[in-house]
Amino acid sequence: MFDYADDAVQGALDAGATYADARVVVRRTEALNCLNEMIEGFNYSEEGGVGVRALIGSSWGFFATQDITTAAARAAGRRAADIARASALVAGPAIEMADVPVAQTHWESGHLEDPFAVSLGEKADMLVALTAATKSVTGVALARANLTFWDTEKWFVSSQGSRISQHIVESGGGMGATAVGDDESQVRSYPQSFGQFNVGGYEIVRAFDLPGHATRIGEEAVALLHAPACPAATTDLILESSQLALQIHESVGHAIELDRILGWEAAYAGTSFLELPQLGTMRYGSELMNITADATLPGALGSFGYDDEGTPAQRVDIVRDGTWVGVLSGRDSAAVAGLPPGGMVRADGYARLPMVRMTNVGLLPGDSSLEQMIADTNDGIYMSTNRSWSIDDKRLNFQFGCEIAWEIKNGARTRMLRNPTYTGITPQFWGSLDRIAGEEEWVFWGTPNCGKGQPNQTGHTGHPAAPARFRNVRVGVTG
Amino acid sequence: MTVSGAVAPGDLAERVLDMVDGRADAQVRAGAGESALTRFANSFIHQNVAEYRASVGLNVSVDGRSASVATTRVDDDALRRLVDATLAAARLRPVDDEWPGLAPPAPVPAVDHYDATTATATPGERAAVVKDFVDAGAGLEAAGFCSTSSREYAYANTAGQRAGGRATDAAFEGIHQLVPGLAAGQSTRSSIRLADIDGVALGRQAAATARAAADPVDLDPGDYEVVLQNECVATIAVFLGFDSFNAKTYLDGQSCVRLNEAQFDDVVNIWDDATDPRAIGVAYDAEGTPKRRVDLVRDGVSVGLAHDRRTARRADGESTGHAVPGGETWGAYPENLFMAGGDASVEDLIGGLDRGLLVSELNYCRVLDPKTMVITGLTRNGTFVVEDGKIARPIRNLRFTQSFRDALGPGNVRRLGAARFAASNEDEVAHVPSVHLGRWHFTGGARG
Repeated sequence: MFDYADDAVQGALDAGATYADARVVVRRTEALNCLNEMIEGFNYSEEGGVGVRALIGSSWGFFATQDITTAAARAAGRRAADIARASALVAGPAIEMADVPVAQTHWESGHLEDPFAVSLGEKADMLVALTAATKSVTGVALARANLTFWDTEKWFVSSQGSRISQHIVESGGGMGATAVGDDESQVRSYPQSFGQFNVGGYEIVRAFDLPGHATRIGEEAVALLHAPACPAATTDLILESSQLALQIHESVGHAIELDRILGWEAAYAGTSFLELPQLGTMRYGSELMNITADATLPGALGSFGYDDEGTPAQRVDIVRDGTWVGVLSGRDSAAVAGLPPGGMVRADGYARLPMVRMTNVGLLPGDSSLEQMIADTNDGIYMSTNRSWSIDDKRLNFQFGCEIAWEIKNGARTRMLRNPTYTGITPQFWGSLDRIAGEEEWVFWGTPNCGKGQPNQTGHTGHPAAPARFRNVRVGVTG
Repeated sequence: MTVSGAVAPGDLAERVLDMVDGRADAQVRAGAGESALTRFANSFIHQNVAEYRASVGLNVSVDGRSASVATTRVDDDALRRLVDATLAAARLRPVDDEWPGLAPPAPVPAVDHYDATTATATPGERAAVVKDFVDAGAGLEAAGFCSTSSREYAYANTAGQRAGGRATDAAFEGIHQLVPGLAAGQSTRSSIRLADIDGVALGRQAAATARAAADPVDLDPGDYEVVLQNECVATIAVFLGFDSFNAKTYLDGQSCVRLNEAQFDDVVNIWDDATDPRAIGVAYDAEGTPKRRVDLVRDGVSVGLAHDRRTARRADGESTGHAVPGGETWGAYPENLFMAGGDASVEDLIGGLDRGLLVSELNYCRVLDPKTMVITGLTRNGTFVVEDGKIARPIRNLRFTQSFRDALGPGNVRRLGAARFAASNEDEVAHVPSVHLGRWHFTGGARG
């Protein structure tokens, strides 16, 4: 496959590109969805092709084709260069690229049990049994369970001499229960809403212990229908770790994307409240806040060997003791900002232009525990499992809804609350962080559905997180 | 460039059906064509992409056991392997009690939402539109995209249904920023023809909004009368279409729709119609069922739902031709939405507002509860206080928490503006009016 990537790069160089790289990618995806003991969908897809990126002046030109042949790859390279050249009608400063070492290597993510080799019958039987158990709870209207697996092989070649192949296997899934009342519905999920995903094989799914939680989520969904609503208040808020993972994703992960900071995503995803002159001095949160972007974490969903520009995976400090110190970058954005390239550029398959993407952006653990945090809280709310998320285009004002909450009174978890929401402003919220649970409660949560770019791309990102407490947060926002 | 002749979707669909060779009930969707998108930011083109894609989707049912596959690998060897693997996979599955069978042979409406000039649009032509937009906002920072696509489609099943078609589309979304992230204006346009996209006019509109948005002030949250631009209403319509007028969410008890009830103001009429000459796409769905006009809201009364064959079977009805790939999970939803408008301009609507807000765009909307369609999101790219029928001053973005159903509910729609195609915040487009609403619930400022 390297030969076709070579052909594509050569086609672009022959047509005048000053730099070119190409990726041949073959990706298999298997997804099973089950509703109320019925397998709603078994979907398998196989996508393969070559995508080539050509640089001329101030623009990238990109062309992709599913035709993996010498002639098609060379033609794709020429098309990419022609497209880049047409951009000169509305030109800007010439794009420079930060240096990265030339690499010729192979990287495997590794797994214990090939998820595509586990029989469909076994997978289907498990999903049917899970939904049967959840549905057996009186009052559950919808019981869902799902599994998804990806197997991606890619071959990268750059005009600077890199030749890198990678093989990455990702696995995961989850389940949910919905109880429907007269005027609202209530949902509970496990391990998190939309499921939990990691790099690895079927062993990831086996470790979830899905059967052990099937009836619990049903009982909680039904109980929520009759629970009191989360009151409107300003109070102490403890977040369960998967909700905190999404909080990190939305209010830190996207805000630190250098392409957003530079305005490259302004019309669609938006920009960022962060400004580069503040790097190294701006207070992002309390002194307990330590965020890293670490693509080397074994098993986390945002891990890989090399990014889609051939830059090696690395760990980068983003927030250190509450101060903003790092960004997510690629070779072009890093050159503009005068920073080292972070190796955080990836594409959604062969047919999309690589762009800045979160790797594993996570909050490092502290020295508390969920149990201690609750015991140390006189008056507060503990919220778990995301239900809705919304944040403005500068990643400053957010509002999250969770599936479930419990009131905390005098150091004890008390009554269940339905429709919990909280809202805040990013640096104020992170500034109120005063407790983080320790490493034993630190989970590598995975987000397989991060949307960005035009044409839209879906990215896989990881977010290590442990439960944490925030002081004086506005909760209970309703329509 | 041109739609490549490398793969003919009709031939591809027949080839795959031949490979199934009578071993299952089967349906094949095939498509081939090119799509391109020219993207700009900081007032210059920075990303310029195109792809040629030929793809196949196959659904089989073997003795009531079904499976679906999709691939871009369309050589005979890869397809044959995939067909055999799919048939083997289906046999391992439990029986699908809700398998609705295949669409019978039926004629597809003769529509041709296609423009040959757009099908051959070059990167230079897209760049020219971008240049017009950027130049119309001299001194401002421009960002956005101009895209074109052209694809041919074919459908074939073992019950004898055959369908095909071709479609082009062109889209533009752009903003001008006086102060990036603070004072900006947006304009959007979609058509089957690139020639319908006037970069100069779109640029002037966005630039005028951006300049008017200079020095925005904070406004306390609360209930306000609002004039919503067409882009806001497109977002409302698309959310209602996907989440509520979707027969699967309705049958699962997850929809806010109550059929035959006056849930909306009596001036509200919403329908879906792929056969409208202004629509984009082909006139049959993912199951090969011909599309037809479906009224969803008539004079304020919820009267219809988008069905595929699976939901139609559950409801003891007929498919309306709204199946989508993956619809067994997501359901069926309308993709060619229209909402009736009036003849008032946005300026007319503003003129009828004593005190309230003009909102240009709704951003990052998420459903808090599907049964009530309470949604939270923010305003974006131009929010203004209106006093005595005139724009008084710009304000910073506001967060809202508002039921989209109730926004168009009985008594809340004061006046409808003229309808046009507008892009929703979810990228889909709808032909919708601007509106003057009596109440919209804002729950916070973007700064707190």
